[in-house]
Amino acid sequence: MATPLTVNGTTHQIDLPDDVPLLWVLRDELGLTGTKYGCGVAACGACTVQIDGEAVRSCQVALADVWGPVTTIEGLGTPDALHAVQAAWVEHQVAQCGYCQSGQILQAAALLSQTPAPTDDDIDAAMSGNLCRCGTYPRIRAAIHAAAAALREG
Amino acid sequence: MASWGKIARRTFLTGSAAVAGGVAFGVWQYRRELPNPLQPGEGEVTLNPWIIIDQQGVTLVAARAEMGQGVYTTLPALIAEELDVAWEDVRVIHGPAAQAYYNAGLMSHALPTTDYDRTGFQEVMIEAMSVLPRMIGLQVTGGSTSTLDAYDKLRQAGATARETLKQAAAARLGLPVGSLETRDGRVIAPGGLELTYQELAVEAAAIDPPRRVELRPASRWRYLGRSMPRTDMVAKVTGTAEFGIDVRLPGMRFATVRMSPRLGGGMVSFDASAAEAMPGVERVIDLGTGIAVVATNTWLAMRAAEAVAIEWGPAPYPETSDALMEVIRAALDDPPNSTLRDDGDVDAMDVDPSDRVIEAEYTVPWLAHATMEPMSAAALHHGDRLEIWTGSQSPGFAELAAAAAVGLDPDQVTVHVTYLGGGFGRRGEVDYAVLAARVAQAMQGTPVQVTWSREEDMRHDFYRPAAAARMRGVLRNGFAHALEGRVAAPSVTRQSMRRLTGSAPPGPDKGHVEGLFNQPYAIPNYRVTGHLADLAVPVGFWRSVGNSFNGFFMESFIDEMALSAGRDPLGFRLELAEAEHAPTAGVLRAVAEMSAWSAPRPAGTGMGVAMTHSFHTPVAVVIEVADRDGAVALTRAWVACDVGTALDPSIIEAQMVSGLFFGLSAAMMEEITFAGGEVQQWNYPDYDALRIHQVPEVEVRILQTQDHIGGVGEPATPPSMPALANAVFDLTGERIRDLPLNRWVRFVA
Repeated sequence: MATPLTVNGTTHQIDLPDDVPLLWVLRDELGLTGTKYGCGVAACGACTVQIDGEAVRSCQVALADVWGPVTTIEGLGTPDALHAVQAAWVEHQVAQCGYCQSGQILQAAALLSQTPAPTDDDIDAAMSGNLCRCGTYPRIRAAIHAAAAALREG
Repeated sequence: MASWGKIARRTFLTGSAAVAGGVAFGVWQYRRELPNPLQPGEGEVTLNPWIIIDQQGVTLVAARAEMGQGVYTTLPALIAEELDVAWEDVRVIHGPAAQAYYNAGLMSHALPTTDYDRTGFQEVMIEAMSVLPRMIGLQVTGGSTSTLDAYDKLRQAGATARETLKQAAAARLGLPVGSLETRDGRVIAPGGLELTYQELAVEAAAIDPPRRVELRPASRWRYLGRSMPRTDMVAKVTGTAEFGIDVRLPGMRFATVRMSPRLGGGMVSFDASAAEAMPGVERVIDLGTGIAVVATNTWLAMRAAEAVAIEWGPAPYPETSDALMEVIRAALDDPPNSTLRDDGDVDAMDVDPSDRVIEAEYTVPWLAHATMEPMSAAALHHGDRLEIWTGSQSPGFAELAAAAAVGLDPDQVTVHVTYLGGGFGRRGEVDYAVLAARVAQAMQGTPVQVTWSREEDMRHDFYRPAAAARMRGVLRNGFAHALEGRVAAPSVTRQSMRRLTGSAPPGPDKGHVEGLFNQPYAIPNYRVTGHLADLAVPVGFWRSVGNSFNGFFMESFIDEMALSAGRDPLGFRLELAEAEHAPTAGVLRAVAEMSAWSAPRPAGTGMGVAMTHSFHTPVAVVIEVADRDGAVALTRAWVACDVGTALDPSIIEAQMVSGLFFGLSAAMMEEITFAGGEVQQWNYPDYDALRIHQVPEVEVRILQTQDHIGGVGEPATPPSMPALANAVFDLTGERIRDLPLNRWVRFVA
């Protein structure tokens, strides 16, 4: 029986077993490869998406358990219409290899929707589950502060 | 835009230059030009192997693996600087694997001598040796050599193309070439008449380009020397950058592999009946040394692969970390493979009763690369054609190995290089491309995406080898009078060259002792011997390679010597460097100033310094640590490097921070251990790296006093580890000689 799933505003009928993680529905069924597989055990944050605006590890959410509309990196903004967080990432030239950045950006966007003016401690608490092997953390921090300022100014 | 498929057609490689519809520019200094591998499609022109012009504009070929280090930005900037195109109009592709894209810079590491004080004769030797990578088409991204190799070559490519476009315009307009100028992709004639490069490309392609054009001086640069917007940035923040793991083709199936956890051990038998009955599973393939599961979804394939019951053969090496380290330590007493430095006479020198003699032994563990993107490759095998899409640091080797694995000629195989989700040396290996080729061979006509689980990736790496060192130093009147270092480890060079080329180079293994023998310190009696431990554990190139362990050995021991002599550790190093290599002294002075090294330090803090000269770049690091209720926090770090000419300061700064954190992660917490012949680490929870709340604030200073370009991707890694160990000593009084440090001290989690 197909399972309905709403991603970036479009509802799909997914014909996969209930226990397939959202990550693999997005990547292999819907071709939304911006969401990355890194560890499969919620240890690296590369697969972070938003469900109902909340940042979650899509490798840990079974298809049958998705409780709301899903936003992936493709739905946050596009190259022609960047989200404020993505624009700050460009301004601060954050990405190196880039593989973890979809997850970092969705985690940061969720932080800013809850905490519009985060302190460094707020950033540490929100972002410590997102691993970056290239070590882009200083620029991530700077970009989050810049995005926060941009969003506050509207 | 030049499409990937059209330009990558390999038939051209074996054809004549005329097939190109263009000409190769004379940017090579050798007698015969290499064929231009770019095959223009309809309406496209290629002026040389790095430049394609079509109706939409100019596309530049980077031909090195973009794994975060910025080659898709700095290499095109070298071309664009001379070609005169607007940065926002530049498009970049990797291009095909081809001989033309050989990396001569790799040979800059090939002489078994120190690199900081090369003689003119040695420069000539290296120039001569650069013919080798050209002959065999050594298209490899590694050794922090991309800009070193490209600096003149790509500027010449841009300049000769520009001059040819001007000649085409001159011919069309009947004007002297000297009266024409170029700007933003256009040739401009007196009076303001403009012709775009697109308009001129076809005519330019018919003109024999000048052999060599004088390059612009740095004072006239528009792009080089500035922080350019990275060409890959927007794609990487919008999820549209395609990594190997992201390649999707019509009708694609998703697969994973399981190979022996006893590395290199065989497979005795397997039972796939349970797996074959699982949902979505289409096929279980016997790969001889392991299995592959092909399914409709990667997750279904991974679950099914776990459900295959497999009996594995024994490991071809001692089964525990301790037993492996015993072999390595024992090698310290074997006859040396190399004695690449033997200044003065360590054996015959007199040791005064008033001299202070110190000795110490150090060890470092095996390390994994743990790239964020697990090993993966997509492949399609159809009759006599094999195509592979993957992130590779050595696509030429991948083509050769995949061809051999499936019984095709190399010309029947094409490797398309995607973005790399981290490389660090791991993606210089070709194993994952070969496995994908073999799965595709079994799935004739069906494209497969072969993704390793994180666990498979962590447990089937080509590891940074464990290593041991025995150091002895003599201090006379507070000065370093003698240093003797012995290092033992399995040889990365020999093992990897045997894998990639079938034979290991004889003679001294420089990579094994780099970071120890070649440091710019004026120690009158200075000897380093390398001792190879023969172990069959797979080892490979890990960011900074031998420097990653020798930097720790050398700079931990120099610290011990300084403190034993009652000297300031930074001043002790500065004195040794000043007499030997001014740029190295310069980076030490820089970090001393940046960190206010000589100022009084607050209670509960400690500072450590280290310097390693590697990849033609001296890098000095100071780390500050602080006690937080009994746990150690990394609070601040200062890095100074001398790269000669800083082509892109933002990218260099990012690479210094990246290399620093990569090394600090290893020094603090990373360790691969063996039990029963199997790696005991499975995933990030047991092989972690620094997180955002654990990293220090970093300040980087880029110096430009050297007379050559230095590498930037690796050289910050070696000094980071001893700098931290030295800082921990300054804080706790505990000298830690065996990494990782968290075996002995607790860090803020």
